[in-house]
Amino acid sequence: MELHSHIPSGPLERKWDSHKANLKLVNPANKRKFSVIVVGTGLAGASAAATLAELGYNVTAITYHDSPRRAHSIAAQGGINAAKNYQNDGDSVWRLFYDTIKGGDFRSREANVYRLSEVSANIIDQCVAQGVPFAREYGGYLANRSFGGAQVSRTFYARGQTGQQLLLGAYQALSRQIGLGKVKMLNRKDMMDVVVVDGKARGVVIRDMRTGVIETVMGDAVVLATGGYGNVFYLSTNAKASNVTATFRAYKKGAAFANPCFTQIHPTCIPQSGDYQSKLTLMSESLRNDGRIWVPKNHGDHRAPGDIPEQDRDYYLERKYPSFGNLSPRDIASRAAKEACDDGRGVGPGGKGVYLDFSDAINRLGAKVIEDRYGNLFEMYERITGENPYEVPMRIYPAVHYTMGGLWVDYNLMSNIPGLFVLGEANFSDHGANRLGASALMQGLADGYFVIPYTIGGYFAKGGLSSVSSDTPEARQAVEQAAAKVQALLQINGKRTSQSFHRALGKIMWDKCGMARNAQGLQEALQEIPALREEFWSNLTLPGSGEQLNQSLDHASRVADFMEFAELMVRDALQREESCGGHFREEYQTEDGEALRNDADFAYVAAWGYGGEGAAPTLHREPLEFENVELATRSYK
Amino acid sequence: MKLRLHIWRQAGPSDQGMMKTYDLDNVSEHMSFLEMLDVLNEQLSERGEEPVAFEHDCREGICGSCGMVINGRPHGPLPRTTACQLHMRTFKDGDEIYIEPWRARAFPVIRDLVVDRSSFDRIIQSGGYVSVNTGNAQDGNTLPIPKVAADKAMDAAACIGCGACVAACPNSSAMLFTSAKAGHLSMLPQGQAERYSRSENMVLTMDAEGFGACSNHYECEAACPKGISADFIARLNRDFVKASLGTSA
Ligand SMILES: Cc1cc2nc3c(=O)[nH]c(=O)nc-3n(C[C@H](O)[C@H](O)[C@H](O)COP(=O)(O)OP(=O)(O)OC[C@H]3O[C@@H](n4cnc5c(N)ncnc54)[C@H](O)[C@@H]3O)c2cc1C
Ligand code: FES
Repeated sequence: MELHSHIPSGPLERKWDSHKANLKLVNPANKRKFSVIVVGTGLAGASAAATLAELGYNVTAITYHDSPRRAHSIAAQGGINAAKNYQNDGDSVWRLFYDTIKGGDFRSREANVYRLSEVSANIIDQCVAQGVPFAREYGGYLANRSFGGAQVSRTFYARGQTGQQLLLGAYQALSRQIGLGKVKMLNRKDMMDVVVVDGKARGVVIRDMRTGVIETVMGDAVVLATGGYGNVFYLSTNAKASNVTATFRAYKKGAAFANPCFTQIHPTCIPQSGDYQSKLTLMSESLRNDGRIWVPKNHGDHRAPGDIPEQDRDYYLERKYPSFGNLSPRDIASRAAKEACDDGRGVGPGGKGVYLDFSDAINRLGAKVIEDRYGNLFEMYERITGENPYEVPMRIYPAVHYTMGGLWVDYNLMSNIPGLFVLGEANFSDHGANRLGASALMQGLADGYFVIPYTIGGYFAKGGLSSVSSDTPEARQAVEQAAAKVQALLQINGKRTSQSFHRALGKIMWDKCGMARNAQGLQEALQEIPALREEFWSNLTLPGSGEQLNQSLDHASRVADFMEFAELMVRDALQREESCGGHFREEYQTEDGEALRNDADFAYVAAWGYGGEGAAPTLHREPLEFENVELATRSYK
Repeated sequence: MKLRLHIWRQAGPSDQGMMKTYDLDNVSEHMSFLEMLDVLNEQLSERGEEPVAFEHDCREGICGSCGMVINGRPHGPLPRTTACQLHMRTFKDGDEIYIEPWRARAFPVIRDLVVDRSSFDRIIQSGGYVSVNTGNAQDGNTLPIPKVAADKAMDAAACIGCGACVAACPNSSAMLFTSAKAGHLSMLPQGQAERYSRSENMVLTMDAEGFGACSNHYECEAACPKGISADFIARLNRDFVKASLGTSA
């Protein structure tokens, strides 16, 4: 496997412009002759499908949801970053670039991140033009808030529903193209495989979730915008259906999977309340603008939070990281919470929680201002916990939230399989080992609105695509394999449900490949996962048939892929003998417990190639070269 | 707590369907309503019976997937709360709970509690957008928008497209949904150019999809988990009349 990042030469600030100038164009009349299959209609997929159709390409969009508007992106709360410098507080393209590279603990590509930062401002303009109702100041101008890992205020938002409003903007643009007949929209279709013909991605296999019919959709390029794999942990803040199947199947067809062990644990989520727990709810990071995080200073202090006087509280983030305080990056804030709880000073049931306290802000600004800023989040918290955060501090605990790893892509967002493009959370491209808050929405929309529309043209303009049909042996074989997988799942007739297996897998991953990892635990996981997988394939119970809507089947099929993928994650965590960003190896830490990066040996992207059934995957290293920033030890002190 | 559940079971679109009764023990008050159904489904699966199909995804009240009529009310008894956000502390030991799908001609049942809401998508496709291509849009701040208008637009844009308004309406009208999108865009300068054609096209599509007419019951407003105001319906009606009389210019 050869991995070329295809980063254009020249100075950082000129790379994207000169690349665009050098890309060959497809003549407008010819665009409709190229058909593009876009899988996923989240921010990345919907923006790509709409924009490609506007350009004249023949687009088919696919989602397993009943409507493109339901994609997981809808749930993003806090906001989207852009280097607009509207606040005149010193922001710039360079600063957003630097914050993102540093926030990612120097494990991402300079060129990709710089481009992201460059196009960020256009995203806001585009969304405003679509009618996205961003928050405004009284003068009518766009409002901003701050997010973790930044000392400028560059986050745009729409109440606590930024993802919803951005997705609806992209959904509306997509709907317009569907209405005009330029996009063929396929809802309730589960993509099960990629079809590769003559070494190029030429189609996908889909299963109709209502009828069970399995067929192929063929085209000239495939764009995967299928989101992240956080649900490998079972409990996460992701939507219940989010899964790894699309990207993992592409991996099995030859696409490299990069940095699978880079997963993000979000510091502010509502703690688990029982074993029936089905997902974890995020409380937006924006709350850390006004909330102060603390635990009791002394062990065994079980007083009600309001009865604990100032001097008996430990505002540990403010204490340890005075310059960023409560706005320290996610990985750091999460680990600090875990440390406090491991130290026996956690609060709430089981001691798995820390306080996020708004009483200072309420005293200073008044409850009305706090309600304006976070009203819907406070309401959500109260609905779930039955406690009123205006009166008692919230209890929060870290939870799996986002996956920085994903399919390996080059500067054009193309994987190593020609014609297979990967956008949004599904690729590995921009966030290194840790993503800063409000940067995923930015990346998804940058990829879909402003990158793929250029780079896909460059691919098509090269030519060499003969016509293919669903009758090619590769397509027929992929359909047969997908059908065989469904049949195999339905025929096990065991005793244990896919939910139960998923929970068991999640527990292994959380305990051994979660917020802190060590070689011994990872080795154990490498024994436990295959054993669980074996039990899955011999003891699964799956009621119902494959010919009608069967949600247990949908779920089991995803869990089957998680079972294999989990092992790859563990392998990746094991080979990376350093701590960086969200990947904390207990063996590699400084004396005061901070992550100890090893740039000499690990400043690379770990890209894994599938080795075949039963064989070990192979590791390819793409060295990361830093020409514009100096690799510094991240300090938020 | 212990509950008796009466749930609509329907194997497929052409099946007749009927209510079936299930007893469930050991329900914790901290569970969400959907987690309670998860527990039931686990038990059914372990017994080899087919679990109850229901739609859900975010479980945070924002994706609009979940939708079921609980004791006669869309999304259940709590105001401004989706089914996924409803917690069992709202119920008490010994309660009987009736769970049914949305019922409307334009939302045919696919299975059990899952209905086909693609008619909503087609309403949006007929005009629920601003016709702007991706490209070099002008700087966002060159278009100041009074905070009041932006806030009002956001109130309307908060719609999650769940369909509770249709399920609550005696006529199965989709006016609250349609007017929320039209209202969001008509509150903003960006939405003015197509304001009247948008209103007309969306309302005509709504009728063609088989939704009923609005006769001002406002059950929709009471059922809406996002508290969307029925004022937007009046606004859409005015725009629609102007559009059809050709007096909008
Ligand atoms: C609770 C929460 C809050 C967040 N808040 C923020 C925030 O404030 N700011 C920020 O920047 N980021 C935030 N994030 C992260 C951000 O929302 C996501 O990373 C981002 O939205 C992902 O977008 P996407 O388009 O890549 O994928 P998704 O939105 O996950 O979309 C994936 C799409 O792929 C489809 N799909 C997947 N697999 C298949 C298949 N096999 N067959 C068919 N279709 C398939 C799905 O149907 C869906 O349409 C948040 C995340 C969470 C969980
Ligand atoms: S599951 Fe998303 S709104 Fe209820």
